[in-house]
Amino acid sequence: MLEIAGISKRFGGLTAVADASLEVREGEIVALIGPNGAGKTTLFGIAAGFIPADGGSVRFAGEEILGLPPHLVARRGLVRTFQIVQPFAGLSVRENVAVGCQLHAGSRAAALGEAAEVARRVGMGDLIDRPASALTIAGRKRLELARALATKPRLLLLDEVMAGLNPTEIVELLPLVRAIRGSGVTLLLTEHVMQAVMSLAERVYVLSDGRIIAEGPPAAIVADPRVIEAYLGRGAAQRLSRGGHA
Amino acid sequence: MKTPGLLALAVLLALVPLPLLVQSGFWLQFAIFTLYFALLGQSWNLLGGYGGQRSFGHAAFFGTGAYAAAVLQVDLGVNPWLCLGLAGLFGAAAGGFVGALSFRYGLRGSYFALVTLAFAEVFRIVADSVPFTGAGVGLQIPLRQTAANFQFHDKAGFYAVILALTALATAVAWWLENSRFGAELVAVRENEDAARALGIDVNRTKLWAIALSGALAGFAGSFYAQYFLYLDPRLAYGVEVSVTALLVPLIGGAGTVLGPLIGAVALRALNEISSTVTSGAPGLNLVLYGALLIAILAFLPDGLVSLIPRLYRSRLRNA
Repeated sequence: MLEIAGISKRFGGLTAVADASLEVREGEIVALIGPNGAGKTTLFGIAAGFIPADGGSVRFAGEEILGLPPHLVARRGLVRTFQIVQPFAGLSVRENVAVGCQLHAGSRAAALGEAAEVARRVGMGDLIDRPASALTIAGRKRLELARALATKPRLLLLDEVMAGLNPTEIVELLPLVRAIRGSGVTLLLTEHVMQAVMSLAERVYVLSDGRIIAEGPPAAIVADPRVIEAYLGRGAAQRLSRGGHA
Repeated sequence: MKTPGLLALAVLLALVPLPLLVQSGFWLQFAIFTLYFALLGQSWNLLGGYGGQRSFGHAAFFGTGAYAAAVLQVDLGVNPWLCLGLAGLFGAAAGGFVGALSFRYGLRGSYFALVTLAFAEVFRIVADSVPFTGAGVGLQIPLRQTAANFQFHDKAGFYAVILALTALATAVAWWLENSRFGAELVAVRENEDAARALGIDVNRTKLWAIALSGALAGFAGSFYAQYFLYLDPRLAYGVEVSVTALLVPLIGGAGTVLGPLIGAVALRALNEISSTVTSGAPGLNLVLYGALLIAILAFLPDGLVSLIPRLYRSRLRNA
């Protein structure tokens, strides 16, 4: 469904993404993990059309989408959320979600009606008339999700939806993400919360210094020496396997 | 948000028989100027209030509409009523031109404000130097007081026209509050990146908003030209027009249907009082504008319109 091939991006002298390739098949939940500054958010930005790439290709549903502006990418069904939540702060939860609904809904009234339904789906039914600025961080993360869902995406890019949540909130959010996949939406997520990655993802890509260094099922990935070294430093895997401390 | 919109239109409807009720020319003139301010303010409000693109140079659209109406009828003999419609088109085109250049290069906030201010100044300088605007001497529209010529012997005629134009502007604002386009425009104001991620073409949305805003400012310009029958570059493209356009909604309440109407009444009242008290010392009204703006921003950042729910709530508490 999504094929990212050979994507590179430099910001001045800094190479954020170098020749990164990954593939997401229809119906999958795929996680993209990596240490801070590995280039995950940049790669997301490129896939969703927010950041121009220096080279490579992004194919969505069989068509090249690299170079399309973000609103056209979204209209094709590839929708992203933001790691740093971007609510329409002056609007209510319902109005926020309705903006997403408008991509498909016939009228403003229909969008507002549909928005209530989507808000209920993500467990925000009670908060529907609250201003977005009054939500807690967990509420804002859900709102981000609700708004993206409201556009009826085919592929959802979730940029660290769990970040900043406490363990209870994370446990609450996991079934929601699974339910989204259950409703026929393919998911690509970046995540630091390994608990979420392990329990959600079927396949994991590891990005380090802008390069994809490993790919596989979550259990294999956490045992991969290259991945451990990316997170903990050179030689860490060897020391760990000898039973010592990293 | 449906009630304020209906309320605004109801107020305007109730104002229709005013010329029959008031005999004094003073009050009729006060009503005309207030509605004219409301039209200009609503024009700014569409772009600055709902769209969050705060222009400091609405005179660019106003003046283009005014000059279009005047030049077309004086030099080309176009019927002034047709000129009114064309002034809207010219105003929209000026808006589209300024918008296309500034939105394309991603100018926002104070940068957008400065660029619009600069455009208005450039337009003023151009109007000062090209021959067909009459340059610095100004442009006089010959006096021929017939309704067919959009000139009225009786002020009631002008009153009817400005009331209709202001009602139109208010209806547009009301439509924005209840339409898809309005919701997209507000989303763009609140967060451009989030709007983009949800499939909104941000630049196109802003461009339509500035064209719509420019059209209404163009109408206001045409009305001004017909009312005073004289234009010069400073009147058409001067800073005073731009300041009025933004002050009216900011005082009344930007991003609301009622705001510009309330702001226009407040600003006109202030104008009248200041000119009575100081017997028309020039420039003093601008000082008062400034003082009022500071007071509003400090104590009522959402404008006078935000007093309405407060009053309503305190009445409920007392009941």
